[in-house]
Amino acid sequence: MDKIQKKLFKSLPADALSSVAAIIVGLFAGFVILLLSNPSQAPGGFWAILSGGFSDMKSLGQVLYFATPIIMTGLSVGFCSKTGLFNIGASGQFIVGGYMAILVGVKCAFLPGALHWIAALLAAVAAGALWGAVPGLLKAYCNVNEVIACIMMNYIGMYFVNYIVTLTVFDSTQNRSQTPAASAIIPKMGMDLVFRDGNNISSANSGFFLAALAAIVIYIILEKTVFGYELKACGFNTDAARYAGINERRGVVYSMLIAGALSGLGGALLYLAGSGNGITVVDTLAAEGFNGIPVALLGLNNPIGIIFAGLFISYLTVGGFNMQLFNFAPQVIEIIISIIIYFSAFALLLKGIIQNIAKRGGGKK
Amino acid sequence: MEYVIEMCNITKEFPGIIANDDVTLRLKKGEIHALLGENGAGKSTLMSVLFGLYKPEKGLIRKNGEAVQIHGPNDATRLGIGMVHQHFKLVHNFTVLENIVLGVETTKYGFLKMDDARKQVVELSQKYGLEVNPDALISDISVGMQQRVEILKMLYRENEILIFDEPTAVLTPQEIDELMKIMKGLVAEGKSILFITHKLNEIKAVADRCTVLRKGRCIGTVDVAGTSLEELSEMMVGRKVSLFVEKPESRPGKVILSVEGLNVRGKSAGKNLLSEISFDVREGEIVCLAGIDGNGQSELVYALTGMLPVDSGKVSLLGRDISRDSIRGRSRGGISHIPEDRHRHGLVLDYNLAYNLILQSYFNPEFNKGGFLKYDDICSYADSLIERFDIRSGQGAKTVARSMSGGNQQKAIIAREIDRAPKLLIAVQPTRGLDVGAIEYIHRQLIEERGKGKGILLVSLELDEVMDISDRILVMYEGKIAAELDPKKTTYQELGMYMAGSGKEKSA
Ligand SMILES: Nc1ncnc2c1ncn2[C@@H]1O[C@H](COP(=O)(O)OP(=O)(O)OP(=O)(O)O)[C@@H](O)[C@H]1O
Ligand SMILES: [Mg+2]
Repeated sequence: MDKIQKKLFKSLPADALSSVAAIIVGLFAGFVILLLSNPSQAPGGFWAILSGGFSDMKSLGQVLYFATPIIMTGLSVGFCSKTGLFNIGASGQFIVGGYMAILVGVKCAFLPGALHWIAALLAAVAAGALWGAVPGLLKAYCNVNEVIACIMMNYIGMYFVNYIVTLTVFDSTQNRSQTPAASAIIPKMGMDLVFRDGNNISSANSGFFLAALAAIVIYIILEKTVFGYELKACGFNTDAARYAGINERRGVVYSMLIAGALSGLGGALLYLAGSGNGITVVDTLAAEGFNGIPVALLGLNNPIGIIFAGLFISYLTVGGFNMQLFNFAPQVIEIIISIIIYFSAFALLLKGIIQNIAKRGGGKK
Repeated sequence: MEYVIEMCNITKEFPGIIANDDVTLRLKKGEIHALLGENGAGKSTLMSVLFGLYKPEKGLIRKNGEAVQIHGPNDATRLGIGMVHQHFKLVHNFTVLENIVLGVETTKYGFLKMDDARKQVVELSQKYGLEVNPDALISDISVGMQQRVEILKMLYRENEILIFDEPTAVLTPQEIDELMKIMKGLVAEGKSILFITHKLNEIKAVADRCTVLRKGRCIGTVDVAGTSLEELSEMMVGRKVSLFVEKPESRPGKVILSVEGLNVRGKSAGKNLLSEISFDVREGEIVCLAGIDGNGQSELVYALTGMLPVDSGKVSLLGRDISRDSIRGRSRGGISHIPEDRHRHGLVLDYNLAYNLILQSYFNPEFNKGGFLKYDDICSYADSLIERFDIRSGQGAKTVARSMSGGNQQKAIIAREIDRAPKLLIAVQPTRGLDVGAIEYIHRQLIEERGKGKGILLVSLELDEVMDISDRILVMYEGKIAAELDPKKTTYQELGMYMAGSGKEKSA
């Protein structure tokens, strides 16, 4: 037993292990809640969550589809955490990004071919970056806490988008934004051929590849570049960064700006997925933004980890749909999934304990 | 059994290093037992094992002859073991009293009963001569006072075995004398003390016995009275150390740093932090800023390096006015800076050693290309500094700075700043926390840099260092330069008088 333990700990980095342990704890907590709410159906329902994402190719495609936006907001939150900032404003950045994408998608149909969707994505990136830069500037030059500024920007973003949607791209019959032109939709790149169940086609598209690409780029920026070295130094120890002549104010602005761009792109990837999704004019903040927080936590702020964390949470979401077969109300399903996600995130407190065990095991040799 | 604590055959390993290798240490009741060893020898680790912070792989701890298990600081406290850490652990926005009772508060119906605690603390502080103001905030009191709070914390918990991890590294000579007296008072009351220090004269002054560690192994335990300073340092380093630095005559050249009429106002109106500071540092000389801590030395250094804005005055480097330059601008212009607080400014503790060694030069073409870090080059550069400056750690260039011993962290900073080959080296307490061998090496390096025509501005609280190394001494008192002295023509007494603010106006 001891030997197996040691082997395991050596081959798997302690970090990844702590995430896995956290997820197991989260799943267990979810199962307990299921048992409490409906004991007879609990095992079946739980199995549905666990296996739903893998039940057929279509479900698997849905997993990729749902994962895409939350990977983006997860990256946004995780990137900021690495640089010592808490970006709780992903929701606002996400929605303004989404709006700009729809606006360009609806209004700029004159753009030829691929240029159209690319322009829509870039517009979303710019809008998100702007929304992120505002709290960054406020923090750097007016010493306003970024959490407060971000929350403000979330509400401003939501109400502003609600308002301007009705003015520009409103479809009054459905009380939501119009559908973007076909040329603005992100290419499928064959994903619709692979991820389908007979005629039942999933919403998977090449947006997932873009999200994965973004994660890799962020990873490279953080780990391999001078820019990342400076940003992380600010995050770990601002005083030392200042001593070394790093302009920490510029660092704060840039990292919020990049975080905003990531969330904004996330918004575009959702609303240009061609799944018929639009911005509904309701007074709620975009949930994708807040889901970025547990995704970043579970991924331990590591961009590559965030891809897997996003996939995992999306997998639960897709599995959750299958629970309806077991007579669970959609609200209960949402509660269960949230419980699993948040318990997992909290269970990351386990990280320290796991590392201690690994240290002891590794120390003996 | 005459031993209060016996640590038998303790072995503690970290990745890549055996920090304690079969170490045995026995503490007698009522003695001051010194623990001596080079940087990274494993002293702090051994004490952390006793305090329950680390679990040793092998070994046994006995208290009064009975084997005990210490799984954490709470167990240690229960056994009457207290520790003052190398880097203090106080809550800065709490008062002295709150810090002392923190964790062992007495309550009545859920409310704090501070009155009893206050009486007890006042009694303790009178009994042991540990004057403190119980209502002062920690952030407002000096480091020496903070240390008294740490000691009172141990006494309040009625600890019998007191561990002091390098308590004197952060103190002024006056405070050190007081601490020595306090320690003697404590053992007279029947407490037993384990005392880590690199300063052999302190061991001579207070310790009864001394255990020497080298590279994790126990070299032996000796009676201090029957052992000379030279023997102690030889046991520790394994070779003879010359405690005296030889240096050739200095030949000052042209002016490198010139400061004219520098003023920095304090936050509160009234006294200036720095007023009308003017002086020069020339090529090939070591100028020392001496003075009691808190007389403006730190502010002056921050002002010179650009970390603190000045209200008026001019700073020039090689004839060029740099008063408006950024921190980076000055460092690229040729100023390098060994900061006073290694954890706050000197290191990014979560970066590895290699990344810390390029903290002031990562932007140079040697270490990056097109914005990408050249990791291999960075590592091989780090390896060369590690070798040259004998920076010891578990995993070499890849060691996380946080896990390195205090002295080796300091060596890393010194290596980085000296190797940048600046024109002006500002070194604030560069040898704080270093062992005698390392101090000797650093002093030789400083003198070598001087020989290469660099200007060196040394800030030191240690009179020995001030007198031995410098070519000129500037004494600071209340934000002004009170005197300029020639170390060859002045005495410790005279220097001390100027530092205390009671000398004649500018002499020599
Ligand atoms: N938490 C840790 N993780 C990994 N290595 C460690 C850790 N703590 C200490 N070490 C290593 O163990 C060795 C001994 O460290 P220790 O802090 O005990 O030295 P020390 O004798 O107190 O030195 P100094 O005089 O510099 O304070 C060092 O090489 C250090 O790198
Ligand atoms: Mg130590």
